Amino acid sequence: MSETVKKPILAVGPFHPLQEEMEFFQLTVDGEKVTDIDVRLSYNHRGIEKLSETLQFDQIPYLVSRICGICSASHPLAYVQAVEEIAGVKPPERALYVRTIINELERIHSHLLWVGLGGHFIGYDTVFMWAWKYREPVLDLLEEITGNRNNYGNVKIGGCREDIPEGIEPKILKELDTIEKKTEMLTKAILDDPVLHARLKGVGVLSKKDAVRYAVTGPTARGSGVDIDVRRDDPYAAYADLDWKVITQDAGDVFAKAVVRLLETFESIKIVRQAVKKLPKGPITTEVKQIPPGEGCGRAEAPRGETFHYVRSDGGNRPVRHKIRAPSYVNVPSFKASCIGADIADVTLTLAAVDPCYSCTERLAVVDDHNNVIHNHEALLRLSREKTAKIMKETGAPGLKLEDI
Amino acid sequence: MGWKLWSLKKSIWVFHVNTGACNNCDIEIVDLLTPKFDVERFGIKLVGSPRHADALLVTGVGTRQAAKRLQEVYRQTSKPCVVFCMGACACGTGIFEGAYHVAGPVDKIIKEVDPNAIIAYVPGCPPKPEAMISGVVKALSVL
Amino acid sequence: MEQQELESRLSQMEGKLIGTQQTKNNRIFLLCEAEKCSDVCRFLFEELSLRFVISTGIDADDCFEVLHHFSNDQTGCMVTVKAFIRDRTKPSIGSITPFVPAAEWIEREMHDVLGIDFENHPNMRRLILCDDWPEGVYPLRKDAKL
Repeated sequence: MSETVKKPILAVGPFHPLQEEMEFFQLTVDGEKVTDIDVRLSYNHRGIEKLSETLQFDQIPYLVSRICGICSASHPLAYVQAVEEIAGVKPPERALYVRTIINELERIHSHLLWVGLGGHFIGYDTVFMWAWKYREPVLDLLEEITGNRNNYGNVKIGGCREDIPEGIEPKILKELDTIEKKTEMLTKAILDDPVLHARLKGVGVLSKKDAVRYAVTGPTARGSGVDIDVRRDDPYAAYADLDWKVITQDAGDVFAKAVVRLLETFESIKIVRQAVKKLPKGPITTEVKQIPPGEGCGRAEAPRGETFHYVRSDGGNRPVRHKIRAPSYVNVPSFKASCIGADIADVTLTLAAVDPCYSCTERLAVVDDHNNVIHNHEALLRLSREKTAKIMKETGAPGLKLEDI
Repeated sequence: MGWKLWSLKKSIWVFHVNTGACNNCDIEIVDLLTPKFDVERFGIKLVGSPRHADALLVTGVGTRQAAKRLQEVYRQTSKPCVVFCMGACACGTGIFEGAYHVAGPVDKIIKEVDPNAIIAYVPGCPPKPEAMISGVVKALSVL
Repeated sequence: MEQQELESRLSQMEGKLIGTQQTKNNRIFLLCEAEKCSDVCRFLFEELSLRFVISTGIDADDCFEVLHHFSNDQTGCMVTVKAFIRDRTKPSIGSITPFVPAAEWIEREMHDVLGIDFENHPNMRRLILCDDWPEGVYPLRKDAKL
């Protein structure tokens, strides 16, 4: 019987060009399989909840949109909804539609970002370049509508800070047509590729039971058959007035999560089209002078899942308490369930499949008992890509065909 | 101008460090690699280790947990090197001023290790990719 | 589950609560003392199959409060258990992590930032404060010296 040696994997350094945030992942392996996982947070902790207690209610949207760059529309939206609950205020219809348009445009560019990163981790750099190239028109549109590619600063208590520019509706619809064509082509190429089927199916499976135990949300949950979406379950903005569907898959693997995100992108395009065509006339905001004492819960469906804000007011200018929960906070710990038993070569991809608000996968290394590095983060990435190359050879499939229209 | 600084101006290899950022600046940095901006045609390359880098692109406020790691990375980077503070947070803690877990801004953390560090500032929240390219080019032309 | 059924089943727990609040925005707050908190949460998670969302720790003037937020996705109703910890000198409450694994991180975080002890937590360790953060300084307390 061969000896199995337990070797810890330590996350070293933070640093790779495609790495966004710094986290410290510690994995234990037995041969080529992962047996345990632990995370050290803190590198990104800034103390936002405490800072929020020193700011006035109307200053806080600017703070919370900088919690995370890719969910920067959903955090201020969840926050102002919590405060609007306390104040008993309903924003005007036009504001609800503008909020919807901006949030869905963010979802489109965020899902395309994820597709690109996923492609990078398995060695499909063409997918990465392609997906990020076709994110750009969405960012340009957001810049025309709100003034910035990210951090839109558009939401305020009682409505929106600014209306969308006059006459921009035809441009939005035209851009959406192009984005839809590109996404269709990318989706078809990905979903039909036998190598991707072999590489992604059955990898990083999160069962429905574990999805519930770990209380995951967003595509991470919907890819495991958990049918939840805040836009439908606790409707906000204009979602209840529009026709769209929640996408779920049952397999719980990386492939299922990719399918959910790709199909959701089409639903988002559908939502924006309807919102633009049905955009009601009228004011863009309601004035709110005072926040009475009380407590409110606001939530929004960010691209990664449910964003939740709880606000307590004592009638003053500042919140007594502001609790912020980003979706990744519940999605990341589910690694414990989906990574255990996985191959080392699949770990980078499984971590990325949750689409964490940080890309921690380059923070991995395998060390032996004497802390000598056996596999560093580049080696783990290489292992992941070698597995893809091996599968390509075995299936004898041609490369992924991406046509640039 | 010494030959070391001259060599920096030929093509610049950069290493990206996140010291507690919201990701916006980081994503815009990665955007620089993509077809729309494509900085590799200028010879600007993102490398995987600070030892190969001529410049550090630092984002984030410099949280208390990240500060020492940033100093370690700076020590490992071969000199001379330029530290680019990308974004409002790195330039001066931005909107997070006064938060309890912030040790930054970045120039304060770097100067603890090297008071003569060469530091360049690219403000914005986030700075647009064009602004980042412009900042890097401007800094190099002044050196 | 449907709203009516939810409300009728919630009333089964009245013996463990000191009060309930219901706002018109589909939000229900169940108030209880710290000792009963685990039982109430267990009922919501296991019997009613509500989804755990997150927990909030609050330094209220005369006590600590721990709020565990749950969601009834079918109706969009949020059910929050608001537990009062009366002993401010050594605040302590039963952990819900043994039956709600999703709560592990947030209880560790509340321990870090408020100094609340969670009894029977399977993995109580520092989570979000830096390695050299001074012992005994709890940033989210109102009297924290930062």
